[in-house]
Amino acid sequence: MTHDDAVAAVAKVMGQVAPEAELDLVDPAADLRAELDLDSMDFLNLVEGLKEETGVDIPESAYAQVRSLDGLADYLMAHA
Amino acid sequence: MAEFKMPSLGADMDEGTVIEWLVKPGDPVHRGDVVAVVDTAKSAIEVEIFEDGVIAELLVPLGSTVPVGTPLARLAPAGAAPAAPEEPAAEPSSEPAAEPAAEHVVEPAASPLVRHLAHERGIDLAAVPASGQGGTVTRADLEHATPAPATPSPAAPASAEPPVGRPFARAVPRARARAAELGIDLSALTGTGPDGAVTVADVQAAAAGQPVEKPAAGEELAAGEKPASSDKVAASDKAAAMRAAIAALMARSKKEIPHYYLQATVDLSHALGWVRERNEGRGVADRLVPAAVLLKATALAVRRVPEVNGFFVDGGFQPSEHVHLGVAVALRGGGLVAPAIHDADTLPMDDLMAALKDLVARARAGRLRGSEMSDPTITVTNLGDQGVELVHGVIYPPQVALVGFGRVGERPWAVDGMLTVRPVLTATLAADHRVTDGHRGGLFLAAIETLLQKPEEL
Repeated sequence: MTHDDAVAAVAKVMGQVAPEAELDLVDPAADLRAELDLDSMDFLNLVEGLKEETGVDIPESAYAQVRSLDGLADYLMAHA
Repeated sequence: MAEFKMPSLGADMDEGTVIEWLVKPGDPVHRGDVVAVVDTAKSAIEVEIFEDGVIAELLVPLGSTVPVGTPLARLAPAGAAPAAPEEPAAEPSSEPAAEPAAEHVVEPAASPLVRHLAHERGIDLAAVPASGQGGTVTRADLEHATPAPATPSPAAPASAEPPVGRPFARAVPRARARAAELGIDLSALTGTGPDGAVTVADVQAAAAGQPVEKPAAGEELAAGEKPASSDKVAASDKAAAMRAAIAALMARSKKEIPHYYLQATVDLSHALGWVRERNEGRGVADRLVPAAVLLKATALAVRRVPEVNGFFVDGGFQPSEHVHLGVAVALRGGGLVAPAIHDADTLPMDDLMAALKDLVARARAGRLRGSEMSDPTITVTNLGDQGVELVHGVIYPPQVALVGFGRVGERPWAVDGMLTVRPVLTATLAADHRVTDGHRGGLFLAAIETLLQKPEEL
């Protein structure tokens, strides 16, 4: 999985979780939840969707590592 | 003959627009079946019928906005022949019940919603393994079924149903508005949203794939980009309608209800620790969010102080036997809805979590049920994700209390004479002084706090 693949997977899942969210405008280093106004339920849905999309299960203990889009993509690449 | 009327889906609703019929004349319906989708100022809502019978006639065409209480359909008693007033009786039917009955012997039992979905997706119901009670095909069965080859279904004649003339696709309300603006046929699109609903992105993609008729002069429409002018108008109309509905209801609340407010700081270390431990060994689909624990504690606390649960109507308090917990859900376009989780006090934690997930998803996709909108007995608002410390709520009339939860934050906390650091949050209660006093309200908040100290018992 490349970085682009990972970002594409996130974009696809975000399209279902929060169709209005515009991932293109997000600062990849900033807190994704704050950038896209996601609540804890949205975030859970994102993690769940990514499990289905990529097979990568992000445990709660890793949530701190996946706060930003870059962090999320890195995690997916490392665990795919 | 019974009538199915435009329901009141909350105290703030005066009228509604029928945007989808899920039944046609001749269809048998059962209490609780979703038969239509109604758009209100706040959301598109799936409306259930509360009687058994057979749909005799649809009285309101798609797209009509009618006041609450307007008859939408006529309902014949179960087993009776559907009246067909505008068509000449084609066959002299000596056995009135035989014709419709025969049609539905072939088709397995399924709710109108499931039948509608199956039709929409080109799935032959008879070929779907049924897992529901009494061999009923459920929505979940459909999810596992694959569409049949594209032969026209004999059970769905295209022309014989005047009020249901054009096929109506499931779509999120904003997508519907966007498609209307762009002149795109929703039913021709493949939805990628929940339950195959067409999303704004799907409409945009379709728009990008076909010549867009009216881009402003010199303006290029890149995929995923919105032509600013028209989209803003539609979105702002919808936003204005929702704002007006919220304003009317909240103004009524502030005018009529003598609110009093209480707050308590609650140590959440046990609750959060329990959630963390419990989630550790579980796949993401089975994980809890802390909000589910807060909701369950609230629902159980209601049982201890029932005076906060019910409606103030006709000058008096009517307590509710059920705890239908309203959950305030912020919508992405702005505004909010507060649909109910039914009997939240009796749901095991995993079921409550599933119900909450489902409710939030459907609230945001615009697929709430009428009963969820109309009957919450007490509401919870959780603004912790937005980072506020506490919320002084405004009660939803005719309810008599609203519970608010703020952000969880670490604070210095004294335990057994020692200073330590604990995750805490501030719980608030806004309650109706016509029904309770601060003493009872205080007991209610204290009950929530106590229950949250033993999360494993929730």
